[in-house]
Amino acid sequence: MIPFDFEYYRPASVDEAAALYRRLDEQGKSPLYYSGGTEIITFGRTGRLRTGAVIDLKGIRECGELAVRDARLVLGSAITLSRLHDSRAFPLLGETAAGVGDRTSRNKITLGGNICSRLIYREAVLPLLLADSVVRIAGPLGARQAPIVQAFDRTLQLGRGEFLVRVETEARYASMPYAVVKRRQVAAIDYPVVTVAAMRVGAGIRAAFSGVCAFPFRSPAVEEALNERGPSPQERIARAIERLPGPIHEDSRSSAEYRRHVLALALADIMRRLGGMTDAG
Amino acid sequence: MPGNGPGPVWAELCVNGERRGVPVRPADLLIDVLRDQLGLTGAKPGCLNGDCGTCTVHVDGWPMKSCLMLAVEASGRQVTTIEGLNDPVLQQAFVDRWAFQCGYCTPGFLMNASALIRLRPDADEAEIREWLQSNICRCTGYREIREAVLTALGRPVPGSAPEGGGAHPQRRQPPASGEDANRPTGNC
Repeated sequence: MIPFDFEYYRPASVDEAAALYRRLDEQGKSPLYYSGGTEIITFGRTGRLRTGAVIDLKGIRECGELAVRDARLVLGSAITLSRLHDSRAFPLLGETAAGVGDRTSRNKITLGGNICSRLIYREAVLPLLLADSVVRIAGPLGARQAPIVQAFDRTLQLGRGEFLVRVETEARYASMPYAVVKRRQVAAIDYPVVTVAAMRVGAGIRAAFSGVCAFPFRSPAVEEALNERGPSPQERIARAIERLPGPIHEDSRSSAEYRRHVLALALADIMRRLGGMTDAG
Repeated sequence: MPGNGPGPVWAELCVNGERRGVPVRPADLLIDVLRDQLGLTGAKPGCLNGDCGTCTVHVDGWPMKSCLMLAVEASGRQVTTIEGLNDPVLQQAFVDRWAFQCGYCTPGFLMNASALIRLRPDADEAEIREWLQSNICRCTGYREIREAVLTALGRPVPGSAPEGGGAHPQRRQPPASGEDANRPTGNC
């Protein structure tokens, strides 16, 4: 059981949710937005999180939307990872999301919940970074849109009381060649040692990473190294790893040295699958 | 807007086809309400962390770990527990294939497998494996469980002669609407 009480609200609109947050925040209840809720439940049960109120976003129509409009794929933040996968709307995103948890848990875990997770992995954000998606964010001060490459810097940069409403992606990205590699320590279900999601756009490969550093990222410097003309594929991979945006993560699953080794193998796999293994890049 | 202030609230649940009103704390987990307040102890507490799947129930026909769901979230949704499961083909296949040992994980596996068979009757080996990986059997009876699911799907079991002269059990055809045919009918 969760050893503390909280209030539960299920607003029907974005404005209601934002107004609720403001009111509950003013009452000192440290409200949390609740989507799939798996992290709030498991962290709450073990004392790693506490709140006086949760605001369930699943009753908001915009948060549950999955549609194509004006050549843009619209994905609400409360769509479950299973639905994302089964819809085949954005296969790279569906497959990357299918690496999170297990199938039954993904019937509850949502896109927004995964991207805003307190854990370091947030793997569902990787394809969105590759596809230059745009996020719509709302809160007590109103709504705003921003390119995800700006809005997501290690975490989704949310102001007080803001929440992710939906993500929009140009539909053309959904049909581009892609590859995703997730390497775990042992088990079929676990957090990653390394996850790489990649997409071929024109002549270049875009790549985004989880598990490598203490945050997910897409890095122009890493992509520049991977796509450099001239050096051998192995040299390009080595240069890409030199340009990581932070120290390689080290934990009970993997030493930094082992992660570096697994990353190099994963990148070689990605480049083989996306046709980047020629010296010409 | 449905909402709940401090203190216990009244949740209207539809469990195994019966409307059940019950006072809950908004922080109460579905598994605890099912077991402690409704007396439905078939969903087992295991890890209580969403890892083992032994608390799996159906919510609107989909397998869901009841330790990862608040009871208030289930308001207005159709909840089916192992007590309400009506899938004799699958349940008999578990018996015939010795797909349980201590039996603790069995309700969760049955609920997950029942949903798999209904929602994905054409599932290939990879999809069956993916779905069943949501549940843990500490007796490690995975092979027998997978064989029971294959049997219930009417598929041949590798390396095993079919019983009863070669005919595999026939799956009941799912309703065209995709509705949960294994859910008991009732007053909600």
